[in-house]
Amino acid sequence: MKILVCISHVPDTTSKINFTDNDTKFDTNGVQFVINPNDEFGLTRAMWFKEKQGATVDIINVGGPETEPTLRKALAIGADSAIRINTEALDGFQVAKELSAVAKEGNYDLIIAGRESIDYNGGMVPGMLANLIGASFVNTCISLEVEGETATAIREIDGGKETVTAKLPLVIGGQKGLVEESDLRIPNMRGIMMARKKPLDVKEPQGADTETKAVSFEKPAPKGEVKLVSPDNLDELIDLLHNEAKVI
Amino acid sequence: MSVLVFTESEEGKFKKTAYEVVSYARGIADMMNTTVTALTINADETSSLGTYGADKVVHLKNDKLAKFTANAYASALTQAAQKEGSKVIVLSSSANAKYLAPILAVDLNAGYASNVVALPESESPFTVKRTAFTNKAFNHTEIKTDVKIIGLSKNSFGLKEAQKEASEESFEPSLDDVHFNIDVQSVDKVKDKVTIADAEIVVSGGRGLKGPENWGMIEEMADILGAATACSKPVSDMGWRPHSEHVGQTGKPVASNLYIAIGISGAIQHLAGINASKTKVVINTDPEAPFFKAADYGIIGDAFEVVPKLNEKLKEFKASNS
Ligand SMILES: Cc1cc2nc3c(=O)[nH]c(=O)nc-3n(C[C@H](O)[C@H](O)[C@H](O)COP(=O)(O)OP(=O)(O)OC[C@H]3O[C@@H](n4cnc5c(N)ncnc54)[C@H](O)[C@@H]3O)c2cc1C
Repeated sequence: MKILVCISHVPDTTSKINFTDNDTKFDTNGVQFVINPNDEFGLTRAMWFKEKQGATVDIINVGGPETEPTLRKALAIGADSAIRINTEALDGFQVAKELSAVAKEGNYDLIIAGRESIDYNGGMVPGMLANLIGASFVNTCISLEVEGETATAIREIDGGKETVTAKLPLVIGGQKGLVEESDLRIPNMRGIMMARKKPLDVKEPQGADTETKAVSFEKPAPKGEVKLVSPDNLDELIDLLHNEAKVI
Repeated sequence: MSVLVFTESEEGKFKKTAYEVVSYARGIADMMNTTVTALTINADETSSLGTYGADKVVHLKNDKLAKFTANAYASALTQAAQKEGSKVIVLSSSANAKYLAPILAVDLNAGYASNVVALPESESPFTVKRTAFTNKAFNHTEIKTDVKIIGLSKNSFGLKEAQKEASEESFEPSLDDVHFNIDVQSVDKVKDKVTIADAEIVVSGGRGLKGPENWGMIEEMADILGAATACSKPVSDMGWRPHSEHVGQTGKPVASNLYIAIGISGAIQHLAGINASKTKVVINTDPEAPFFKAADYGIIGDAFEVVPKLNEKLKEFKASNS
């Protein structure tokens, strides 16, 4: 089985979010970048397929050279080789289109992406990619098994879950549940050393078009002070929720 | 030219989000001087859509669509959009809508903006405001394509009545086997319980509750308020509560009217996911807990004392206000 894991390079979850250039660009100053958490769950599931079912695992990212440390980290976790498509990721469609060229060429059985990346929260790359290459697609995937040509997946739905089967090739939009938090791996010294020698192939982009443009950003208005209510005066809380906030 | 809106139903009944997306589509149609067409799939009764501004309801009944399949639903929407000559398509942010939106976008060569929170800021260029960085910022996005898809964030626009008389038309798109390439084997859905996605009120517990055996009072509060229950990430990681209750940046987003956080410190990743909620209440022993900076109302106190008392008061309140 050939697996491709899509890796988005995103600000660490604790990052302060600021913008520069008249609020048109994300300020990367002092920001630590990590593997997108949803992708990391998928990558870790891919390691399971590698170890238990002899799969090979390539990883891929659309981005500039600055994303390479993130790709090296994924290699240190255990992926076999990396591909970086050398262009700035501008919108979901462009990224999906760039990925689709490599995905087709590589004849992958399984493409694991994350439900969404935690920076732009577009939530569209996996579904667009699947449609562009004519593969099956399962979103918000929380469990995945593959036997022969058939995958059995569990999809999280609003208020429950759904078990589905699909023929390979399959693209998933994955999230926590694919593996548990405690299954996530921290690269060890040996992994880090090995990762340095693993192939990281830089490919030139197709020059895919964008369909949307992030014009500018803004931060939410600062929050007013919290109103404290004494634990001995809970009637006041109920009154505030009923008459002031009008939510009960 | 009509704005097309997908009004989702469950067991034949519309969800509240269906009325919200219609209200929103009405707003866009008014900006663009056009009409609103709603597509329904296996809904029982559709006249209520006119109340929120639909001019026309395109009604699809097909047993093959009894279970949601993203490709088939996307294909139905594609065909409806082509039939109506729609340039704007409005979807909700339900799990199903988010599943089919990117498929639809490719089929229609349409640019797609998800998590949109307001009516377009301008029609040309077509620019919308959406959340980004998991609610830590907003992003103004231009959709450059001729056909545009908007995924509306839940609870961001609200319901607006417009009182139209919607005409009805039945619709039979052609669906092939390829649209059913995902086989749904079983659906396991909690019954008689409010889900986080649909909830107006969410009651959420954190590590401060010490153990799963102490969730009785959380469930009781949720019962009284007709709320969904949720939890912080470590609570689900430790198996105290199911993963489906994990909310925050790496869990489910919450955009309820009221979010009550009990024994939750308010870590940045937690707050990011729940910040879109309108009113936030925190109950925590530690006055330095970061949640107090994010909340509207706070109680500094021990959950094990405060919550049972609050539940009694809420019961009294409900009894005298129903
Ligand atoms: C990559 C990444 C992603 C993450 N994503 C998420 C996410 O999506 N969602 C999420 O929730 N977290 C997430 N986290 C974890 C986050 O950083 C915090 O660790 C977590 O939110 C803390 O959970 P908590 O508030 O329940 O526990 P704690 O931080 O331990 O807080 C417990 C609180 O309970 C209070 N308390 C104790 N006893 C009582 C009592 N008797 N009565 C009242 N209050 C009491 C304490 O004062 C304390 O404030 C993520 C972390 C990382 C690194």
